Amino acid sequence: MIAAELAERVRAISPDVVIARDEVTAFVHPEELLGTLAGLRDDAELSFDALSSLTVVDWPDRVPRFWVAYELYSMAHRHRLRVKVGLPAEDPRVASITPMFPTANWHEREAWDFFGVVFEGHPDLVRILLPDDWEGFPLRKTEELGGVDTRYQGAFIPPVDRRTT
Amino acid sequence: MSGSNLRPATTGDPMSETEFRQETMVINMGPQHPSTHGVLRLLLELDGETVVACKPIVGYLHTGIEKNTEYRTWMQGIAYVTRADYLSPFFNELAYCLAVERLLGIEAPPRAQVLRVMFCEMNRIASHLVWLATSGLELGAVSVMLYGFREREQILDVFEAATGLRMNHAYIRIGGVIMDLPPESTERIGDFIDMMPGRIHEFETLLSTNPIWLERNVGVGVLPPEDALRFGVTGPTLRASGVPRDVRKDEPYGGYDTYEFDVITRSTADCFARYEVRLEEMKQSLRIIGQCLERLREPGPVMVEDPKVRWPAQLEVGPDGIGNSNAYVQHIMEESMEALIHHFKMVTEGVHVPEGETYQVVESPRGELGYYVVSDGEHRPYRVKIRDPSFVNLQATAEMVEGGLIADAIAVIASIDPVMGGVDR
Repeated sequence: MIAAELAERVRAISPDVVIARDEVTAFVHPEELLGTLAGLRDDAELSFDALSSLTVVDWPDRVPRFWVAYELYSMAHRHRLRVKVGLPAEDPRVASITPMFPTANWHEREAWDFFGVVFEGHPDLVRILLPDDWEGFPLRKTEELGGVDTRYQGAFIPPVDRRTT
Repeated sequence: MSGSNLRPATTGDPMSETEFRQETMVINMGPQHPSTHGVLRLLLELDGETVVACKPIVGYLHTGIEKNTEYRTWMQGIAYVTRADYLSPFFNELAYCLAVERLLGIEAPPRAQVLRVMFCEMNRIASHLVWLATSGLELGAVSVMLYGFREREQILDVFEAATGLRMNHAYIRIGGVIMDLPPESTERIGDFIDMMPGRIHEFETLLSTNPIWLERNVGVGVLPPEDALRFGVTGPTLRASGVPRDVRKDEPYGGYDTYEFDVITRSTADCFARYEVRLEEMKQSLRIIGQCLERLREPGPVMVEDPKVRWPAQLEVGPDGIGNSNAYVQHIMEESMEALIHHFKMVTEGVHVPEGETYQVVESPRGELGYYVVSDGEHRPYRVKIRDPSFVNLQATAEMVEGGLIADAIAVIASIDPVMGGVDR
């Protein structure tokens, strides 16, 4: 299916669809996410039955601030669709899609780990790549690169960019 | 975790069989363990020798590659992403560069595309050889380890001659590749693809009928296709479950639709099927490399002409071993102020990428490798997300390990071929 046809078909389920560089993106309201994904999966011509990737992009100056991007793939038709959900700066939360796509489990944990987005209904939403006692969400644009004191021989050494000697 | 030994003790005779069976033990396998392929940690709950529950724990090799790319230029990003999955550097470079090229709206010249495909396929063989060598070692076939690394070394020699490095090459660049093949490379690669089928046959005679190898692999770690799809498993692990999914065929990139090769599948879905799939894939990669060598007879540029994209320096190895062309250095330092300014701007800022986002997938030796790249129009990436196949495939570990013996857990982990550099990024 070419991008224009695909976009037209997706519009029947979710109206806000754009095409850029032959890639189709659907913008979905957070509360309609699960229903939309189920609709996209069950439509015989679309059958978006696989989740390829899930991640977050932080835009501190935009409203909403956090954009969760779901990369969907259809095993039968071999086409792709990006579904994007905008979440507010304060207490960003969205329904977990792990019950629908078990593969989303670690992706959602990573998104929580790096951006602090809460996925409601996730079976085990704990940090995955960072240590359990880490504070903050390092891939937010408001957090600096590095900037962590390191314990060395009983003292704390400041990060590289803040050392004076 | 179900059936934990931390539950309150029940009443009754503690030595009765039911009581005894309920007593399980929780042990850590890793993060420092010779057969966890790096620093993977498995939390295993054991009932005797049987694994009751398994929980993979990752993150010990997290280096913040995604965050780092946001603080470097688009071109410097290549040097970061190539270090993510360190056994498949060319695939990371390719996926990243294809994504950036799509945002820029450019395409690499034909000869560069052929070189990219050829190096990727050689990289696939090298990666599968490391897999064969390490899994052989883990299951007691030490000679396979020696042979696997011996053959891989020949591929790395070709890489070193062409790119200067054995790993983490940063050879594929935005708009093409950094330089053409050095003299005699095609002959060396030709010799390699002539020699390799015999060597693969040697591996087969060593392993495919070896009773110990069969005992450890046949029927072990079965992953039915529906479970594999549920957990998003891709690559040889999925194809060994009978699903003919290969990004090179399904969503061709970089000219893969013009090469002849087969997608290898097996239906038994066990560790032995994954072994067979990888061995056969090496033969298919050799086929593709042969076709690449044919196409490389045509000379041509290996980088786009656009001066706003291509790297400004001209490289050649001089008698002092340093790679800058003296004529070019003289041109920018003594003859042309504009050339110097252009050189300075390209080296410090580099290419500006128009605002937008894209998702590019390639078929890495471990499965579907995806790059989600976002630009806000600046000279640095706004966000680079790496969808690493090992990260996703590891989620299916519990499904394959639980209910089996602890010794089989080793075979299962080996058969997924996870590379922690890619998992933790």
